[in-house]
Amino acid sequence: MNDELYDIGDPVVDGKVPAGPIEDRWTTRKFEAKQINPANKRKKKIIIIGTGLAGGSAGATLGEAGYHVQQFCFQDSPRRAHSIAAQGGINAAKNYRNDGDSVYRLFYETVKGGDFRSRESNVYRLADISRNIIDQCVAQGVPFAREYGGLLDNRSFGGTQVSRTFYARGQTGQQLLLGAYQALMRQVEMGNVELFPRHEMLDLIMEDGRARGVVVRNLINGEVKNYTADAVVLASGGYGNVYFLSTNAMGSNVTASWRAHRHGALFANPCYTQIHPTCIPVSGDHQSKLTLMSESLRNDGRVWVPKKGGDDRRPADIPEDERDYYLERIYPSFGNLVPRDIASRAAKNVCDEGRGVGPGGLGVYLDFADAIGRLGRDKVEAKYGNLFEMYERITGENPYDTPMRIYPAVHYTMGGLWVDYDLESTVPGLFVIGEANFSDHGANRLGASALMQGLADGYFVLPATINDYIARNALPPVADTAIAEAEERVNGRIDKLLSIDGDRSVDSFHRELGHIMWEYCGMERTEEGLRKALELIPALREEFWTRVKVTGKGEELNQQLEKAGRVADFLELGELMVIDALHRSESCGGHFRAESQDDEGEAKRDDDAFGYVAAWGWQGEGARPVLRKETLNFEYVKPTQRSYK
Amino acid sequence: MKLTLRVWRQSGPRDKGGMVEYKLDDISPDASFLEMLDVLNEKLIADGGEPVAFDHDCREGICGMCSLVINGTPHGPERNTTTCQLHMRKFRDGEVIDVEPWRAKAFPVVKDLVVDRSAFDRIIQSGGYITAPTGTAPEAHAAPVPKPDADAAFEAAECIGCGACVAACPNGSAALFLGAKITHLGLMPQGQPERWDRAVSMLDTHDGEGFGGCTNTGECTVACPKGIGLDVIGRLNGDYLKASAGGKKK
Ligand SMILES: Cc1cc2nc3c(=O)[nH]c(=O)nc-3n(C[C@H](O)[C@H](O)[C@H](O)COP(=O)(O)OP(=O)(O)OC[C@H]3O[C@@H](n4cnc5c(N)ncnc54)[C@H](O)[C@@H]3O)c2cc1C
Ligand code: FES
Repeated sequence: MNDELYDIGDPVVDGKVPAGPIEDRWTTRKFEAKQINPANKRKKKIIIIGTGLAGGSAGATLGEAGYHVQQFCFQDSPRRAHSIAAQGGINAAKNYRNDGDSVYRLFYETVKGGDFRSRESNVYRLADISRNIIDQCVAQGVPFAREYGGLLDNRSFGGTQVSRTFYARGQTGQQLLLGAYQALMRQVEMGNVELFPRHEMLDLIMEDGRARGVVVRNLINGEVKNYTADAVVLASGGYGNVYFLSTNAMGSNVTASWRAHRHGALFANPCYTQIHPTCIPVSGDHQSKLTLMSESLRNDGRVWVPKKGGDDRRPADIPEDERDYYLERIYPSFGNLVPRDIASRAAKNVCDEGRGVGPGGLGVYLDFADAIGRLGRDKVEAKYGNLFEMYERITGENPYDTPMRIYPAVHYTMGGLWVDYDLESTVPGLFVIGEANFSDHGANRLGASALMQGLADGYFVLPATINDYIARNALPPVADTAIAEAEERVNGRIDKLLSIDGDRSVDSFHRELGHIMWEYCGMERTEEGLRKALELIPALREEFWTRVKVTGKGEELNQQLEKAGRVADFLELGELMVIDALHRSESCGGHFRAESQDDEGEAKRDDDAFGYVAAWGWQGEGARPVLRKETLNFEYVKPTQRSYK
Repeated sequence: MKLTLRVWRQSGPRDKGGMVEYKLDDISPDASFLEMLDVLNEKLIADGGEPVAFDHDCREGICGMCSLVINGTPHGPERNTTTCQLHMRKFRDGEVIDVEPWRAKAFPVVKDLVVDRSAFDRIIQSGGYITAPTGTAPEAHAAPVPKPDADAAFEAAECIGCGACVAACPNGSAALFLGAKITHLGLMPQGQPERWDRAVSMLDTHDGEGFGGCTNTGECTVACPKGIGLDVIGRLNGDYLKASAGGKKK
């Protein structure tokens, strides 16, 4: 046991999932939720942090419902939230292909894909709502791909055998976000939403144990200000940037969630990180981020490496029978379309065997020669043209002539703040939506399901549950002392960061942390490595607080200061991720513990010991975290070993 | 690679600003332009200087956050490419490179290479949307959209709102940005009811924000990292004229 690392607390009782058949639970919940009459809504204030798919859709919908919404993001425009980068598509159980799809099948596959570590009721609701999302987006003018008959086109994604993914070339996230952004802008024009771009939330205002507002820094002039409200919504995205190199946008960070965690919001399953198999490999020390090549490429691209180790011939010179199409070989029924965790680990394995290609041997080929032969270059270009162009720009190689080189990279975080069925955290009045919460994906996330969750949460779920909280709670104006305390925390931290004046840049700490995380808490984790990380991270954190150099002043646009605050939080989160990974001595989804594998090297889950969500509580600086478990019950999808063979 | 950079430094909106020269001598040709600036900033910090402020986020060519006028051209010399996707292998060893912010009346400089593009959001607020309240949408297949229209709408909708068109235009006009949105929404059946009002109110806001008029010089489309064509401006003008002439104007 790891008793020295954490305490065990009371179990978390899953709140607010209504009883009854799974198909009826959401209807029941909506019916039981207390309503607020429109005239009163105008007097109620909601703060939303984030303008991605989750925050943007929530802001548009809550503004339209009549609430007074104040919405913040750190970019210069809400349209630039990280969601804009999503490429491949969004799932919905429309069954437009008549291939046997249904809400139940999407639900089933998502629970299975999550390796039985997600909550059934939430996933069912997500699958059900998925159909409304497409209707909503089409009505807003999102230009999804269409067929000649004018109807919507679909494609398929890793981990599924039906075609249920709606897409807009390789820019689905962009188009969905623009839809939400435009709807949000309309509410701004109507005066229902007040928008604060280039503002960063740095702390929560807490009163009587409730979230009552936020303290933000205006990133243009450095002014620190408070905003109070009846409820606060975090839609602040994921924390993959703890690894420094990831596919996330440069600004993505954990600060909003982490500040809430320190006020009592449980952080669930922090170690569940999705490693995406199809990214462009690292090219050198200057590297600042990794670029994803959409998973949809695996519909037509074939993945292979040379059969022999150390074979450095050009790919075209390696004959067919000296190539190992290892995904097709090991997983004949899913082939190149196995889920991400499986494809990533398989790539790592062949590279570990010395069969990787490209610089450093950290790469595998994604080859379109067959597809170009079968469909013609034009068709391939129509389907993937912009992705091919992007690849060429970054690597200087032309993927029409030579196979792409890909390698896994950190992409998405399934962990996040714990929320109940209403999407409310363990801090009353604090709601968490989109990638920032932990709720729907379990230990793994199938392709095209994050966009679905962000929009389901923002357009449909939160707007139906937040009413209930506001209607049931008398929320008097916030006392000045609560506000002053929060502002003091923020100013104190800024002053401290600026006063250290050490000799190491913020980035150098971030890179070093990222390195530790990738090495010991990356694609494969061992007890030994994780323990090593637990020595390295606290030491690095200590060094940060004595040696970091933050240039400039607080009262100005200061990008070093912004980064420093975020890295400081990553240094605390990193340790919790490692503790979580260490305590979970099973393998599941994105969490592969080398000690827990079957004879064929596949992940071995241990449902009896670990069939729960690990929700961690903060017990103070320097104190051990407390582990609180939410037991997962599977009434509909019986846990089986996941097999894609 | 060895490089000489001449970078625009301006401590705040009221500062006059000017070009400052920096030498770099160990830049990988595989680095992106922004990664090259990261290297410069690390060096400035190590030498006790102030790093250069510049805007960026996705570094994937899609968020529209990066800007920079490089050697006089918004987003630099490569066609259809954002600054974050521009790689140093496109430059010569020993080259002198000028780096400046977007220049336009409607985009005031905030600091160094960072400018304020919020006028774009206000243009969208004044009509760049389809009114479709959540939860009331008809079944998605109820209104088919011919594929050519959907494709053309998509191509216009690819605009990333970076503002390069404005920075490139001698008049500081945002007609390409505006035309792209008008075209995207105007090509879809869903966008018809608000089509005429949209053209009028968006163009009014555009002018009110201090963007200049379009004189068809075409610099915008050359600078556009997404290759949005001048035809969208034709559509903007057409819709505006029809709206005004047909008494459809509000
Ligand atoms: C390259 C790429 C491709 C992807 N492709 C797909 C795909 O094809 N299909 C799919 O389903 N998913 C995909 N994903 C995943 C998906 O895009 C994200 O999970 C999802 O968009 C997250 O949305 P969000 O609204 O939760 O957060 P985000 O879009 O990350 O938005 C976060 C928001 O919070 C704001 N914010 C954060 N912290 C603060 C703070 N402290 N103060 C103020 N504001 C703050 C930010 O400014 C931003 O507005 C992809 C992701 C990447 C990186
Ligand atoms: S940083 Fe996003 S487009 Fe360049």
